[in-house]
Amino acid sequence: MKKNTVFNIILIALVLGILILMNVFLDNYKVTVINLCGIYIILALSMNLINGFTGLFSLGHAGFMAIGAYTVAILTMPVATKEMNFYMKPMVPFLLNLNMPFIFALISGGLMAALFGFLIGAPVLKLTDDYLAIATLGFSEIIRIVIVNLQSITNGSLGLKGIPKLTINNKPNLLWSWGIAILIIVFMNVLMKGSYGKAFKAIREDEIAARSMGINLFKHKVLSFTIGSFLAGIGGGLLATSLGTIDPTQFKFALTFNILLMVVLGGMGNINGNVVSAIVITIAMEALRFLDEPINLGFTVTSALPGLRMVVFSLILMLVVIFKKDGFVKNTLEKVRGKYAKN
Amino acid sequence: MLKISNVTMKFGGVVAVNNFTANINKGEIVGLIGPNGAGKTTVFNVVTGVYKPTEGQVLFNSGDEKVISTLRPDEIAYLGVCRTFQNIRLFKELSVLDNVFIGGHLRLKSNVFSSILRLPSYNREEKEMLEKSNYLLEKVGLYGERNEKAFSLPYGKQRRLEIARALATDPKLLLLDEPAAGMNPQETGELMEFISVIKEEFDLTIFLIEHHMEVVMGICEKIYVLDHGTLIAEGNPEEIQNDSKVIEAYLGVD
Repeated sequence: MKKNTVFNIILIALVLGILILMNVFLDNYKVTVINLCGIYIILALSMNLINGFTGLFSLGHAGFMAIGAYTVAILTMPVATKEMNFYMKPMVPFLLNLNMPFIFALISGGLMAALFGFLIGAPVLKLTDDYLAIATLGFSEIIRIVIVNLQSITNGSLGLKGIPKLTINNKPNLLWSWGIAILIIVFMNVLMKGSYGKAFKAIREDEIAARSMGINLFKHKVLSFTIGSFLAGIGGGLLATSLGTIDPTQFKFALTFNILLMVVLGGMGNINGNVVSAIVITIAMEALRFLDEPINLGFTVTSALPGLRMVVFSLILMLVVIFKKDGFVKNTLEKVRGKYAKN
Repeated sequence: MLKISNVTMKFGGVVAVNNFTANINKGEIVGLIGPNGAGKTTVFNVVTGVYKPTEGQVLFNSGDEKVISTLRPDEIAYLGVCRTFQNIRLFKELSVLDNVFIGGHLRLKSNVFSSILRLPSYNREEKEMLEKSNYLLEKVGLYGERNEKAFSLPYGKQRRLEIARALATDPKLLLLDEPAAGMNPQETGELMEFISVIKEEFDLTIFLIEHHMEVVMGICEKIYVLDHGTLIAEGNPEEIQNDSKVIEAYLGVD
């Protein structure tokens, strides 16, 4: 085995050990936030594959997450819970009785999202840049609207409550979300080091040169988009189980924006950077919650300003785009690496 | 090997190439020259599928003759026509090695699943691609810089890297768009030698655009001269040098 592989295995074992310790010793709230970090790592990486590595400006992430989330919710909820949820309009009998273990439901969620990613990708990936962004954003909204209106399948705007959670000692089980996150980090590394990953990067760098070197642009773009959608579906599914409740308003554009923030801050096309930024932003979102509440400035108390958090994040995003295009985390990581290389 | 027959390329009202016909046989080095804006690069773009010709067609023969002017650029590259660009188009942020490696991607038989799962069949192919990339980099003298990013290379080396990347696609016909642009006389001399070497080694046919007359006259067996999109002369270097129309196009008339 290569030195790198051994190092990576030790690192993964170490991370898993720390996660188990956190699961045991931290309180429920903190474990929930860390659990969310794992899920956002998956979501950031899935968007990074499409936007960062392949250079496709897609804003349809929330839609694919919604498909994954709803698939997982419908497939894991017990019949009794479903009946309780669907009091306005009964659920389609076939889906009512459909039930499977979480892991199969999660894979189905990913596959469903991938299927829609493929179906949507095939026509819209003929577009480029801003047009692609608008088209994917539109499709993501369409998916949401369809979910609102398919009441006998999704319970419409009432949402789904009582999705079985994956818990251990009444706390979220970190090994699920983080285990899958680690799996996906490894997957992304393997994919991007391989020939297909390099072809994706070539498309990002220069489409004209890439196709002149025999790379079928359309095929590779659809491939990247479909894999990205699959991962988004997995992330959405995990989000559904960790929240326990989903409804269509969660999957609005703001969700895509949150993930885009992580991708840009971590650096487009940078796996390590995205892992770090996903963790930092998820924690910051919780830590900065006080901004939305009334703030005591000493001489006066401001009124509650819900959404002030997002103003802060929007500002950060703007500053990063203007001053540090390659992402903040990427630069810092490279500096650290450079220091070690010198010594 | 390559037949360009009666190709006309119009952009709106502008006729960039007018009824151009050329014939390139296997193993030849053919030059395409002309003043700036004569439509030389447009001819290359038509041959490689970047533009679809308004009229006429392009045929390519690698075993059996096929019309390629209706195909996509990647399909044409797959058949064995590859090119370099006048205004260098490398994958700038990627390493020198990756640039060449990507050139070999079109010959990859394994699908994406065997690539992710690292199946032995994929690993074998990847190993071959890496060996070939390293070999090509040695050939163009960039092996020492293989881990540098492509944009950090000096201009002349970027040109050579583009040639290496094109060679990685296993071309039968190589189109070079001003390979000597921006090179000093010594580099130009080296380039000429290099082109002859790779032509022999990889059994290539070469079609090149060039402004350096010593390159064109030195290595081309046949030359086509374009002016304002129209073919004004064709023949061997000697014939071209003495052609009154060519002299007129380049130097003007009294």
